[in-house]
Formats: sequence, C-alpha cells, structure tokens
Amino acid sequence: MDFDLSIGAGASAAVEYMLDNFSPTLDAIADGIGLFADGIKDALLWLPAWAFITAVALFAFWRIGWRFAVLCGAALLLIVGMGLWKETVETLALVIAATAIAITIGIPLGILMARSPITAAGTRPLLDLMQTMPAFVYLIPAAMFFGLGAVPGTIATVIFSMPPVVRLTALGLTQVNREFIEAGLAFGCTDRQLLFKVQFPLALPSIMAGVNQTIMLGLSMVVIASMIGAGGLGNTVLTGIQRLDVGLGFEGGLAVVILAIILDRLTQSLSQPAALRIPRLARRDSPIMHGAVEMESAPAKAGV
Amino acid sequence: MIIEDDAVRCGDAVRTDANKIALRNVFKIFGSDVAHAVDLIRAGQGKDAVQAETRCTIGVNDASFGIREGEIFVVMGLSGSGKSTLLRLLNRLIEPTLGSVSVDGQDVTRMSKRDLIELRRRDMSMVFQSFALLPNRTVLDNTAFGLEIAGISEVERNRKALRALEAVGLDRYAASRPDELSGGMKQRVGLARALANEPTILLMDEAFSALDPLIRTEMQDELLRLQAEHSRTIVFVSHDLDEAMRIGDRIAIMQDGVVVQVGTPEEIVMSPANGYVRSFFRNVDVSHVFRAGDIARHSQVTLIDRAGHSVNAALERMRAHDRDVAIVIARDKRYQGMISADSLKEAVRAGGADPYRQAFLPDMNPIEAETPLAQVMGRVAESRWPLPVVDAQGRYLGAISKSSLLMTLDRAG
Repeated sequence: MDFDLSIGAGASAAVEYMLDNFSPTLDAIADGIGLFADGIKDALLWLPAWAFITAVALFAFWRIGWRFAVLCGAALLLIVGMGLWKETVETLALVIAATAIAITIGIPLGILMARSPITAAGTRPLLDLMQTMPAFVYLIPAAMFFGLGAVPGTIATVIFSMPPVVRLTALGLTQVNREFIEAGLAFGCTDRQLLFKVQFPLALPSIMAGVNQTIMLGLSMVVIASMIGAGGLGNTVLTGIQRLDVGLGFEGGLAVVILAIILDRLTQSLSQPAALRIPRLARRDSPIMHGAVEMESAPAKAGV
Repeated sequence: MIIEDDAVRCGDAVRTDANKIALRNVFKIFGSDVAHAVDLIRAGQGKDAVQAETRCTIGVNDASFGIREGEIFVVMGLSGSGKSTLLRLLNRLIEPTLGSVSVDGQDVTRMSKRDLIELRRRDMSMVFQSFALLPNRTVLDNTAFGLEIAGISEVERNRKALRALEAVGLDRYAASRPDELSGGMKQRVGLARALANEPTILLMDEAFSALDPLIRTEMQDELLRLQAEHSRTIVFVSHDLDEAMRIGDRIAIMQDGVVVQVGTPEEIVMSPANGYVRSFFRNVDVSHVFRAGDIARHSQVTLIDRAGHSVNAALERMRAHDRDVAIVIARDKRYQGMISADSLKEAVRAGGADPYRQAFLPDMNPIEAETPLAQVMGRVAESRWPLPVVDAQGRYLGAISKSSLLMTLDRAG
C-alpha cells in the first residue's frame, strides 16, 4: 500500500508561496535586521581590543569578583593571540543581535502565556517545535527567504534560541506566590501595576535564567549558521572541518567555549546582587551599618 | 447629706450604632456548578441539601452582620470555617456569590472595577499572615507600596511611609530588605504598609498567627496602642481565642461557613449560642476576659461629700441598707474614699472638722475599670471590704465584692 502524505512537499509549497507573495515584506525585515546586526558588529569592531577586554574585565570585577575578572582578561587575550579577535567579535555581535530580538519578542509572549491559558495552550507546541526541530532545518528556508549572510543567520538563531526565555518568563510569572498577588490587589493595583510592580520583579530571576539560556542557545546556533555565511567563529570551525585542519578547528572551538563561559557567568550574575557593593550616600546599605543600628535599637525595643 | 441612689451605668459606654461595614445575606459558593447552587439557595434550600445536590462547597453561608465604626471586630473560627474567605469578601479579593457588602453605605459588590480599586487605595488596607512583603523592595519602598500604586509623588510617599514606620518603631530600618528582619519586625512593616495610606478600615488576616507567642502579645499591644492613638475600623481574623478576647471589641464566631454568634467577648462567654461556641471557651480563664469595670456593681451606699452633711443620717442610711461601709464621692462623682460605720463613729468621737476625711479607711485605693480581673483578684480576696472601681477620670463606677467576684467566676466556669 502506498501511503504518502507528502508533508515535505507541503512545506516546500508553503515556503514558495511566501516567497512569491511576501517578497517585499521579507526584504524589509531583512533590511531592518541587517541594519541592526551590522550596527552592533561595527560598533564592537570599532572598539580597540584592549578597551573591550578592559571593559569586560571591569564588569566581571563588579558583578562577580577579581578572580573571574582575571580569567576573563586572560581568556580574551588568548583569543587575540590566536588571531581570532575579529571573528569572535562578529560572533558576539550576532549573538547580541539575535538575543535582543528573541527577548523583545519572547518576554511579551511569555507574559501573554502567563495571563491567558488559551495563548499558553496554543504557544506551547510551537515552542516545542522551535526547540526540537534540528537546527540545520531552519537554515534552508532562512536562506531562501533572506539569501546568504548575517541576516538569515540571525533569524535562524532567533527562532532556535527564543523558547527558553518565553517558557521561563511564563513560568516565573505563574509561580509568583498567591500572597503577593493578593497584597498587590488589596492595595489597589490595576492589572498593569500588578504585572510591572509585583509579578515582573518577583519573576525576574526566572526570566533572567531564560535570557541566559537563550544566549547560550544563540551562541551554539550562530556557529551552525556560519554554513549560510553568517560569518564569525563558525566560519573558522567550518574551514577547519573542510580542510581537515584540526588545529584551526580547535582554535575556533576554544574561542567559542571562552565566549560561552564569559557570557554565561556574566548574564547569570545579573540576576544576583553585585559582588562589589558601591556605597551610596544617604543609604544605609552596608552590613556594618545594619549591625550598628540593630545594637542601638535593642534597648529601645525592650522598653516598648 | 444626700444618699446617691441613681444608678450609674457600669461597663461599656453607650456606643453609636453606625455600621461602617454591613453584610446582608452574603454567600460564597465554590465549585463548578455555582449557578445551580444559587438557584437552590434562592428556592430556600439549606446548606446540606445544596452541597449534596451540586457538589459545590459553601464557603460563607448567609452572613449578615454589621461592623461598627472604630471597633476591633474579630472573626474567629477553626481553620476551614470560612473566616479568611469572609474577610476577602469585604474588599472583593474574593467575589461574593450572593448578597451585598456595603462600606459607608456603598455597595461594594456592585462597584465598577475602577471604583473598587479606588476604595482599596483610599479606604481599605490589608495585613497578611505571611506578611507578603515584596523581597525585592526595601522596607521603606514596601511601606510606600500602597501610596506608589495610588500615584503619590515619591517625596510625599516616602515622607508618609517614614511616618508610618516611625509609628511602629522601625524607621531606622527603612533601607533594610525584608529578609534582614525578624518575623515580628516584618509584620510591623506589614502594619506600617497598611497604615501608610491612612485607611479607615484595616483588614487583618491571621496577622499575628505566624509569630511566636511573646511577639504575638507584643504585636497585639502595638495594635491596641495604634488604635488608641487613631481609631480605625479593624476586622481581624484569628483562630486564637486568647487573641480574640484580648483585642476584640466584638467577636463573630464562624462554624462551617455560618456566622453562629456575634457579640462582645463577655456576651459570648456568658451565653454561648451553641455547643461549638461553648467548646471554644472550655479552657478560657475568664479572669482574662473580664475587666474590673465589667463586674463592678453599684450595690454600696454612696455619700456625697459636701458641706453640712449629717453624720447621723449617713449612719442611719448604712444601717438601713445593712452595709458596714459606704463610698464617699464628690459632686462630680469622683471617688474620695471609703468609710466604715465604725471608723465614722470613731471620727465623730475625736471631734474633727471633717469627720468623713478622718474616717477614710486606709489602703482603699480605687481600681481602674480597665484593669483585667486577673490582676485584681488577689486584692479582692484579701480585702475585708468591697473594692471601689473608678473610670479613667476617677469617677466612681461601683464596687467589687468577694461574692460578686465568685459569682462571675462560677457562672462562666
């Protein structure tokens, strides 16, 4: 018995139909994304390597500590030494562009999912599809719609990396304790105030975990996207494979790992308080001050 | 000399019956077939029949009562009796299924969303058992939360929030985070947050239940102090009888969603509506429930202290009423002292200008009406004479004798 639903043919037909009918729209999207991604890349490349490395190390020192700052500096210098600085910055720019787009779409979508069970039910299978479809599969239609280069790479990366931030935003919002919602409502919050003043801040750790995962997935996809000419470190790795040059492949891979570690730790640190406390005037934030206050007030309290 | 015979009203001063909050036939039904349950209730079916037929749960069953302006109204019951649900019906955190809840004469159940939000911002605040302080905000920002929501400028709301923190003694901790505070301090912040927008109604849901007993008593005192400084209408949900007795002006007792009795602590102790209510009080020490003013009786002979009084008439009066002692009061009813027939005769024999004053029995300092009975029991038991009770202005209210004390303890036991 010949049983053939020819879903593949249907998918091709759908892509062709969109190509035929939505070309101007697709071009406009491509131009916009291209402008955005190139802008970030140019800005990062304009910065001298030493300035960039210093900035990253200082940020690491503020958020995490001096050890990690030293590690960041050394690892980035290693990349410069391997002659892969330009490729690394290109990859970083792609990740930043893709993540920015993914977050801009993903967080509002997550909020919608948290607020409406119907949206959640409709979105969930779509997210499953985006997450589990082998990453290479996105490359074909992306290249057909947007040609070769950074733009289809960015778009494929956005699709592949967006699900975690959507899911974790929705999860974080729905897991906000009932008591906080009640408190917000009891003090007269409107729906919008409840979302932005109560739920969103409390869900922030979960949302930041989603952003972190999106960045990491983005990084892995950006390497794959080099197959359609997205450029960056993926190109180095691809060249290494094509030439059977183990050394070049390893250097490219090492640079990706370094970028991954730095991005992971730095974005994770954003959802925690900074390691280095910057004293603010007129605010009694430091632990030493708290101790003093507690001791002073103890007798006063006993008198009550 | 004139014998004072007109009765002085003891105990509660007469209250105005202005209801701040009024509930009329309020129901809250949980379940999947609420509409059917409503039809059955409208048709006059009882709770059991409705629950059996519709599998709905009746959380609050036909509650009708009023809460007076400025009183602390305690809603008490076992867990699952619907008291927290009842509280949330007042500010519509839970929507009532049937009936009306009115605040200042306005029907809350018919309010638009906008009016309801306005009411919550302006008139009602809530304090939660689990504190519900936002962990990402400082103590000051938590306290200013309600004001921020209401759109008050930052300078103004910080000023008001700091004042509210001062009122609960935590202004020094304004910059701390909630997780740096102890449980009692957290709930003080919860209280400050509720007071910051100067509400007329305070809803407190098991507010002190999560605190250890010592801190709980401290917080109750704090609440009573704040209430004395600035009277608000407080609806306080509690499962703790001692707490209800200590702070409640009136208590509503709930059983399986039904408000079975509403009354003052004394009324409920003296005449419980059913066995469920009585079971609450089985272990209650009534000496903590009653205050001296509650059992002071106007059964002694009183003499007005003024020029030209007749000692003989006074003695005759005491003999006629079969009393050994008499209370001397001023014209404005202020307590002056206590005399016995013997001490008066003694004073007359000594021939002083003011026989009453010379006849005053020693150690007859009056008891303040608000003093808990537990604190005066020892004195009453030891004293040979009944002890005089006065109000805060020193006016004589009545006396407590050994027999009246015993009668009170016996009746409640």
